[in-house]
Amino acid sequence: MDLYLPIANLSVNAFVIVALGLGVGLLSGMFGVGGGFLTTPLLIVYGIPPTVAAASAASQVTGASVSGVFAHLRRDGVDIKMGMVLVFGGVLGSFAGAGLFTLLQARGLIDTVIAILYVLMLGSIGGLMLYESIYSMRAARAGIAPRPRRKRHHPLVAMLPLRWRFYRSGLYISPLAPVILGFLTGILTMLLGVGGGFILVPAMIYLLGMGTAVVVGTSLFQILFVTAWATMVHATTTKAVDIVLAALLLLGSVVGAQLGARFASKAKPEQLRLALAVIVLVVAIRMLLGLAWRPDEIYSVELL
Amino acid sequence: MGERAGAALIRKSALILLAPLLLGQAQSPAKPVLIPDVSQRDIEIAYSFTGADLLLFGAILYPKGQAPAESGRTDVVVVIKGPTQSVLVREKEKVAGIWVNADRMRYRSAPSFYAIASSKPIKALVDERTRAIYELGVDSLALSPASGASPDVQRRFDAGLVDLRKRGGLYYEAPGAVEITSGVLYRARLTIPARVPVGRFTAETFLIRDGRVLAAAVRPIDIRKSGFERFVARSADRYSVIYGLVAVALSVLLGWGAGAIWRRF
Repeated sequence: MDLYLPIANLSVNAFVIVALGLGVGLLSGMFGVGGGFLTTPLLIVYGIPPTVAAASAASQVTGASVSGVFAHLRRDGVDIKMGMVLVFGGVLGSFAGAGLFTLLQARGLIDTVIAILYVLMLGSIGGLMLYESIYSMRAARAGIAPRPRRKRHHPLVAMLPLRWRFYRSGLYISPLAPVILGFLTGILTMLLGVGGGFILVPAMIYLLGMGTAVVVGTSLFQILFVTAWATMVHATTTKAVDIVLAALLLLGSVVGAQLGARFASKAKPEQLRLALAVIVLVVAIRMLLGLAWRPDEIYSVELL
Repeated sequence: MGERAGAALIRKSALILLAPLLLGQAQSPAKPVLIPDVSQRDIEIAYSFTGADLLLFGAILYPKGQAPAESGRTDVVVVIKGPTQSVLVREKEKVAGIWVNADRMRYRSAPSFYAIASSKPIKALVDERTRAIYELGVDSLALSPASGASPDVQRRFDAGLVDLRKRGGLYYEAPGAVEITSGVLYRARLTIPARVPVGRFTAETFLIRDGRVLAAAVRPIDIRKSGFERFVARSADRYSVIYGLVAVALSVLLGWGAGAIWRRF
């Protein structure tokens, strides 16, 4: 069924977009990531203008994270104070991201920067996850209990001044650390249309040393608010949010997220992490090839 | 009787429409005149818009109402042009192993859409100079580059822009797509894809004989968004804060709703 997108100014097959949302939602439900890192590139491949793709993918991530936040709130799995601090940093970051976006767009470098960021982030995180999941699967097979990680924040975090207590996370650290973390993911949200969960979760565990019980819930909390904020910023500055496109994506992804959560409860966590690592690496390699190979389009047109 | 009255009516309206042209042709009465029309003057973009098929048709009126013999017959060229845009064309180059945008060129008025149909390949009908004057053919468009660059560079960018839009279906040539019946009636079907911008389009018709343009006529076509599509595009532009809030509310509601429904089963 063909449907005209009023902001993207082109018609798309509605079923393809809903299916795309469903697939991404499935992954987000299974792995607890927003899935923006897949939506934006796939939409661009489908022919949606990059700005519209990034702006509309942000609202899909909002939808996918809502039910997760509610589920974690019911289990008391959200450190609201920590979440607020992260959101504060994220909002600041989104302003920086919007400025950066305009600056890079004027230089014609935005696409290249987006691709390089994707390759670097997805490549390193995918690699780390792959290593870790293979290591723990081997350890499990050999019958060795994995070394329990000592809950401890990074020495750099300990150096920051001003300390607050975060009871739910079991931390007594400077709020500057989560503000900086939120700031960085806020920039990524504006630039790439991603929630940043795949950066946030490892950083919260390994850098801040947060208790694992609240990590996923708190990161979803931050993603929910920062992507909602990014949608607002896009709506008022780039005016590139296509509500029809977002609705189609949401339709698929909210259903997919619920299905994915069911699958996830039946699978082993190491296997899930291995699968996610492979997906992330495949996307990273695809983007890398896109940078290195001679592109189909040497020329690109930008409206003034 | 009725037929003749109809023909008289057409001729009369043609006289009114083309009065200036006819006056100019008083000295050479052998010149035929053109009565063009378009199947749709307004195209409304609604939710199911996937492009529009336009029929451009009309009649060639020969003096004394007689079509000449094969040799004296004319050819017809129709052109649809979209509103012009000011664009920046960027060229990618390989720098340190990756492809990045390097050189660029500004154009003040490149047509957003250009389609040309003719009864014979356009290069067989008119010479290069005439093609450039009337902008006949995708290689003869007046793109009006804004930045001063060497002709070589400019030609490279022109070709890049035209090639990109050709592959996107926004510029195309359809030689032989104009059908001429009995030398007097012509028609051509051209497609406007869904990706075109809204605005005023023009349908131009040219009558050509012996490499010269004998007559030309223009008809406007307005393309605009209608109904829900217009409402959305307008809200996004004018009430962007409310529009953003609605987008956020929609995503929160859908996300929360799906979770709430799911828990019941």
